[in-house]
Amino acid sequence: MTLLEIQDLNVGVDSREIIRGLDLMVNAGEVHAIMGPNGSGKSTLSHVIAGKPGYEVTGGHILFRGEDLLEMEPNERAAKGVFLAFQYPVEIPGVTTMNFLRTALNAQRKARGRGELSTPEFLKKVREVAGSLNITRDMLKRGVNVGFSGGEKKRNEVLQMALFEPSLCILDEIDSGLDIDALRIVASGINGLRSPERAMIVITHYQRLLHYIVPDYVHVMSKGRVVKSGSKELALELEACGYAQFETAA
Amino acid sequence: MVAVQETVERVRRIDVDQYRYGFETQIESDKAPKGLSEDTVRFISAKKNEPAWMLEWRLEAYRRWLTMTEPTWARVDYPKIDYQDIYYYAAPKPKKTLSSIDEIDPEILKTYEKLGIPLREVAILEGVEPPPGGPQTPNRKIAVDAVFDSVSVATTFQKELKAAGVIFMPISEAIREHPELVQKYLGTVVPTSDNYFATLNSAVFSDGSFVYVPPGVRCPMELSTYFRINERNTGQFERTLIIADKGSYISYLEGCTAPQRDENQLHAAVVELVTLDDAEIKYSTVQNWYPGNSEGKGGIYNFVTKRGDCRGKNSKISWTQVETGSAITWKYPSCILRGDNSSGEFYSIVISNGFQQVDSGTKMIHLGKNTSSRIISKGIAAGKSQNTYRGLVSAHRKATGARNYTACDSLLIGDKCGAHTVPYVEAKNSSATFEHEATTSKISEDVLFYCLQRGLSEQQAIGLVVNGFAKDVLQKLPMEFAVEAQKLISISLEGSVG
Ligand SMILES: Nc1ncnc2c1ncn2[C@@H]1O[C@H](COP(=O)(O)OP(=O)(O)O)[C@@H](O)[C@H]1O
Ligand SMILES: [Mg+2]
Repeated sequence: MTLLEIQDLNVGVDSREIIRGLDLMVNAGEVHAIMGPNGSGKSTLSHVIAGKPGYEVTGGHILFRGEDLLEMEPNERAAKGVFLAFQYPVEIPGVTTMNFLRTALNAQRKARGRGELSTPEFLKKVREVAGSLNITRDMLKRGVNVGFSGGEKKRNEVLQMALFEPSLCILDEIDSGLDIDALRIVASGINGLRSPERAMIVITHYQRLLHYIVPDYVHVMSKGRVVKSGSKELALELEACGYAQFETAA
Repeated sequence: MVAVQETVERVRRIDVDQYRYGFETQIESDKAPKGLSEDTVRFISAKKNEPAWMLEWRLEAYRRWLTMTEPTWARVDYPKIDYQDIYYYAAPKPKKTLSSIDEIDPEILKTYEKLGIPLREVAILEGVEPPPGGPQTPNRKIAVDAVFDSVSVATTFQKELKAAGVIFMPISEAIREHPELVQKYLGTVVPTSDNYFATLNSAVFSDGSFVYVPPGVRCPMELSTYFRINERNTGQFERTLIIADKGSYISYLEGCTAPQRDENQLHAAVVELVTLDDAEIKYSTVQNWYPGNSEGKGGIYNFVTKRGDCRGKNSKISWTQVETGSAITWKYPSCILRGDNSSGEFYSIVISNGFQQVDSGTKMIHLGKNTSSRIISKGIAAGKSQNTYRGLVSAHRKATGARNYTACDSLLIGDKCGAHTVPYVEAKNSSATFEHEATTSKISEDVLFYCLQRGLSEQQAIGLVVNGFAKDVLQKLPMEFAVEAQKLISISLEGSVG
């Protein structure tokens, strides 16, 4: 089943074109890697899918399960199952991670027509997932991402992804700032969420992550377009030759 | 900034006018003739069966008031108030003399029920998680004094309090029953000549609460007063006097609401606190008077004088306020640190939106040796509101070792509101150490988007972020109030952010 369908997408910021005619099809059960040099528009694409304000979509469309995603508020998209693990997760002082997770989870459950989780059910669920990601109870009591290291922030993103059970996971440079051990933990958390109903878009600059999360497809992005698509071998080719060949092609 | 503009616009779409307490209760009332004169003062005093000294006290204040002019130094702007166009006294008409809470007009009880205020003798608050390691026990009792327009309609838990020796009653009753205490303390913290609004209050105050905690007594429960303005064109002028005798402790909560009305209504209260040696008063307010509608029409003019006198050594007064209501707020709960080693605290959350104007802060007057004070102020401005923190910290010549710490943080939501910080510092003693920190920030577009991406609505996101911003102060509130205040913060920002 097709989950996400992007056709001829054009996006600008302050009348500057950033995404210029991008196409992408993602089916349930698939993992797509999007690779590309800095500034090629990867984060912009993820923001536009998730509905961040400040971008102007000047052409094309994005369908999610056949519905027009661009017409929906960001929280509606979240409730429909779109999840974005941010390249730079924000800090929210004074709001404990636990309280944040609970408020968000209940908001999503409500929007999906399900009841709120009881406190014990909720705690059990969070602690289970947190444990598998090496997230301590102390971290859960602190303000959202406040004083978290880069790696802790990324693990906190994966924790939320596991809790909210999205059907489309977009991971924007989830590997940046992670040492090899943290990368393993994060990757195994993500791999554990792979399922036939769920699709993932893994955005990365480096091939390294794709050793751990093996994609079904690899797309190379340059200057706001997908300039080449292929199987996982394409990532290896990139590692060997770099992005330069595509820069000129774009 | 594209992003900020978008937030403002999205947020503007959220419904306005969501004031939850804007209903009116249909009851007959007994009013003084409109306008202010010596006769009005005499009328009020007679209604309350006051002794002659009290009437004299009022009349003196009234004559003084005639010579005064309304202050204009605050950063608030409102049309001239016509003091002759106000009713100074309105009481729900009693069907007969009341001997128990069951005889109160059911309409009034219903009103308080709608407000969620427990007038019944069991105030068990459910569904509240105690703070980690907090001292709260479940099923805690709160004694409530409810003031409806100009009179106190019910005071609960009288018997239990009496057993502990605590006097908690409407001030009108205290004037008759404990004249020696009232005469000894009334007007000693806020003199009748203090300021325009306090002087007006001294002349026409109609009711309020009186508390006396005897030496060495830790008040067995929290005391609470709920004020409600119901009548049209009526001012509310309540007067509260709390005395904590040597070595005693009391925690006092104050809540206020008013119906939604197109015209502005005047509220000019005076609160006086006195702590003797080693005593402590903790005074918490959640102020939610009607703020006016989305066009800035209506709302309460809230001109309040609150002051505590740490008269004895080692005594302590702590003010905590959550201010979300009123069209105009003019309010500076202050501490006079007279006793050696006494300390004062002011914890404040002020939320303004729509067309609200707030000028609020505190004065910490260090007179005694080794006195300390602490000020934590969180101002949140949204809509087209103006939110000013105005604070004075002063150390007298004799106040050796005075210490103050002040932190004022402002959070702006949207770009049509204003936050201002006006600190005054006077140190006449070189050993004083005063620290002041201030920050102003904007609610960040990235933080909002992060919350929305996680499925929160705009309202939930703003409520969550603002509650996080104000957390240091929320934690100072008694638990029941903290829960109420958190909800109130979210609700008041739902209305007219942007
Ligand atoms: N809010 C913005 N305002 C102006 N330019 C932007 C904005 N966001 C991104 N850009 C520009 O768009 C281009 C793509 O950025 P981005 O999507 O972050 O790329 P990537 O994630 O691939 O590194 C860059 O040139 C960047 O400077
Ligand atoms: Mg990026």
